Amino acid sequence: MFDVHAGYIVMISGAVTVLLRFLPFIAFGKKRPEFVLYLGRVLPPSVMAMLTVYCLKSVDVLRGSHGIPEALACVLVVILHVWKRNTLLSITAGTIAYMFMVQFVFA
Amino acid sequence: MRTSVIGRAIHDTLPVMTGYVVLGIGFGILLSTKGYGVFWALLTGLAIYSGTMQFVCIDMFTAGTGLISAAGTALMVSARHIFYGISMSERYGKIHGLKKAYMIYALTDETYSLVCESDDEDYCFWVSLLDQSYWVIGGVTGALLGEIIPFNTKGIDFALTALFVSICVEQWLNSESHYPAIIGFTASVLCLVVFGAGNFLIPAMIAITIMLFALRGRIDV
Repeated sequence: MFDVHAGYIVMISGAVTVLLRFLPFIAFGKKRPEFVLYLGRVLPPSVMAMLTVYCLKSVDVLRGSHGIPEALACVLVVILHVWKRNTLLSITAGTIAYMFMVQFVFA
Repeated sequence: MRTSVIGRAIHDTLPVMTGYVVLGIGFGILLSTKGYGVFWALLTGLAIYSGTMQFVCIDMFTAGTGLISAAGTALMVSARHIFYGISMSERYGKIHGLKKAYMIYALTDETYSLVCESDDEDYCFWVSLLDQSYWVIGGVTGALLGEIIPFNTKGIDFALTALFVSICVEQWLNSESHYPAIIGFTASVLCLVVFGAGNFLIPAMIAITIMLFALRGRIDV
């Protein structure tokens, strides 16, 4: 019954993720190059924007629901978050709205 | 003073608790609807402990992804952790042994957002431990719920998108320079159009890095 393939996927994903977390502590030690410190400051907002695009990569604006449920749900998350600054509220409301749209409105 | 440190850690991690438990439940439900139960929720929460990577793993389980491809995906999705480590390496550099190893292993997006403000080693340790407990409890709860309550989960994976969008908004409101976010978004969309959904992450990362250095004079004020 044990899914060996999934087991390997978990081992590899885990090893790579944990290794990446350890890498800066192993590789740079006491002296960190100045350009690395700069990247540490400015990269997180860039990467979060990139991961948002990554999440939406399969949205097809030409077919199906044309990305309308995704766009509406994202706008809702942005508005709610600017207004309340409550991550949990933004995520929960956005996800429920999206689930409702894809299950009932754009089904 | 130990109890007050734990108390402070519990207090400060409450927003993460609600977020991790709810998102963890979403992850657990999605996992169990694909045929992977409590064992997998526990295993991924301990072996990977990265929400993004664990959600991506569910895709890889069912798509029968090859192992090299899985390693490449993990490298790209988790690459951002390098930068949390870099900004923490000065403070965490003083901690030794298992405790240090655990804190580095447990440095997730949300944990980073709390510990990057603190110099207190015990506080950082408790924040790390509490956050992982919330996440694992959420995942296991979700996996159990998914097995006993059958309901239509279509669209529940939007939770991840919503998480990133809200983090983007939060960072936008907190940062003086918006160039990093704009660069990240623009470069990613352009690379998505040019290279397609399956291959755009590596070019996007390269483009982002180049642009961040090219525009350094404007960004770094």
